[in-house]
Amino acid sequence: MLSSDLETEPEIIAEDKLGETADIESAVDDSSRILPAIEFRDVHLSFDDKKILNGVSFTVRRGETKIILGRSGGGKSTTIRLILGLLKPDSGQIFVDGEDITHYTEEEMMSVRQKIGMVFQEGALFDSLSVFENVAYRLQEQGVDEETCEKEVRRMLRFVDLEDAIDKMPSELSGGMRRRVGIARALVGDPTIVMFDEPTAGLDPPTARTICELAIKLRDLEDVSSIFVTHEMNNLEYLSSEYATVNEEGEVIYEMEGENLCLINTEVIMFRDGEIIFSGKDEQLRKTDDAYIRRFIRGK
Amino acid sequence: MNPLKNFLFQLQEISLLVWRAFIGLFRKPRYFSEIIRQMDLIGVGSLPIVLLTGFFTGGVLILQTFPTLQYYSIQNEAGRSVATSLVRELGPVLSALMVSGRIGSAISAELGSMVVSQQIDAMRALGTDPTRKLVSPRILALIFMLPLLTVAADIFGIIGGAIVASGLFNQETNVFITSVRAGITTEDLIGGIIKPLFFGLIIGSISCYKGLSTTGGTVGVGRSTTSAVVVSSIVVIIFDFFLSKAIATIFDIGRI
Repeated sequence: MLSSDLETEPEIIAEDKLGETADIESAVDDSSRILPAIEFRDVHLSFDDKKILNGVSFTVRRGETKIILGRSGGGKSTTIRLILGLLKPDSGQIFVDGEDITHYTEEEMMSVRQKIGMVFQEGALFDSLSVFENVAYRLQEQGVDEETCEKEVRRMLRFVDLEDAIDKMPSELSGGMRRRVGIARALVGDPTIVMFDEPTAGLDPPTARTICELAIKLRDLEDVSSIFVTHEMNNLEYLSSEYATVNEEGEVIYEMEGENLCLINTEVIMFRDGEIIFSGKDEQLRKTDDAYIRRFIRGK
Repeated sequence: MNPLKNFLFQLQEISLLVWRAFIGLFRKPRYFSEIIRQMDLIGVGSLPIVLLTGFFTGGVLILQTFPTLQYYSIQNEAGRSVATSLVRELGPVLSALMVSGRIGSAISAELGSMVVSQQIDAMRALGTDPTRKLVSPRILALIFMLPLLTVAADIFGIIGGAIVASGLFNQETNVFITSVRAGITTEDLIGGIIKPLFFGLIIGSISCYKGLSTTGGTVGVGRSTTSAVVVSSIVVIIFDFFLSKAIATIFDIGRI
């Protein structure tokens, strides 16, 4: 999956930006693209007496990035844990690639989790294992041979620009480097769905930008569907107004979306007290009259 | 939740954890190298403290009982008294308490830290069952190594007693050893090994459960570690009473 083949983008982008003609017909015919990558239908969840999710419904289409905004404790991280099957909802349904995973057992979830890469807050690296062993974890558990493991690990670390750190221990890495190793680990096995749980929390702006660039690369160059949970407006800015392409030298460059075009495959949903109070494009978010949302965006 | 409900809930959860850990041993993937690694950490790692405990316990037993035995002119039975106390009771219990403090705290702290830093969630997200990878090897290693540690403690306890008997009370070593051999029966030895098997299961299951159910960040890790050591120590002592009675009944021990 991590190849430079670009496919199935709308014709406008293809002709203006990439000089290639896109094959829209084959994209529409491919039924796996019609099924949403992730779907929540009226999901409810409470812990003791506290309502965490109250009738949450949303869809993440194939190749789309869904930015989930909201205050701490609003239900964002819980949503991700439900998709991974780490929690079960009290009612409602959850679909991953059209499969109803709501009542799946741990064993049944194992095959679903193969398709999902999860980037935890602060990386959640295994601190007794080296960077190599962390990134190779999934492959080693599956019994893949050493040579293939090493090749894959180096490929992933190159993607996050950390090949030099391959033999280091997590304790020797900075916060930003740990997050990037976490991303490399999540991408092993070429998952079609990647979830980022506040991946830039506590990072300085340039490092946070690097994390966002990785998410943009995944969206635009690898056609990965993703959920990006954050409460930082800078991340929203980057993800909804920039896109990644490959120039003639084979380098990845990030370009700004033009003012009149609304092409980037990213939408925003905002949680408040376990409910979705907004769902749509970032332009709509900025124009909303809702006082709570305006306060969230502006910080006052 | 009231205390009784809480107790029953925790008992249920520990039982389920042990069941899942046990079942996991019969399915692939099996983490054989992890089991060996844990045996090394638990067994070889705890050897110094267990040997020291055994040695000084044997020594202090002779120190305290020899004068009384001498008063009743049965000091030649000193070896038997130390050996039976150690093999039946003090060896298993004191070894278990030492291991509970050292290994029980290490297990719950390690697993608790993994829970609060989301490493357990990451493991599940990457397709590994934490029970099979973390809990099964630890419980199995404890069940296997604690009897061996107990035997080592018993031997060093008898040696300690022999040294004190000959060094402080001038008893001939062969008199001491003869008395030891006369005092220990096969049933004592079997009982002295059955107990550590159960104690290993108790320490392993409680420590793993406390670690994996940690909440509340780093403060929570401290709380669950303390709780793991205290609860497993108390349960070992309570269980010891009932196990002693059961073993005595089965093997008819204690009748002269």
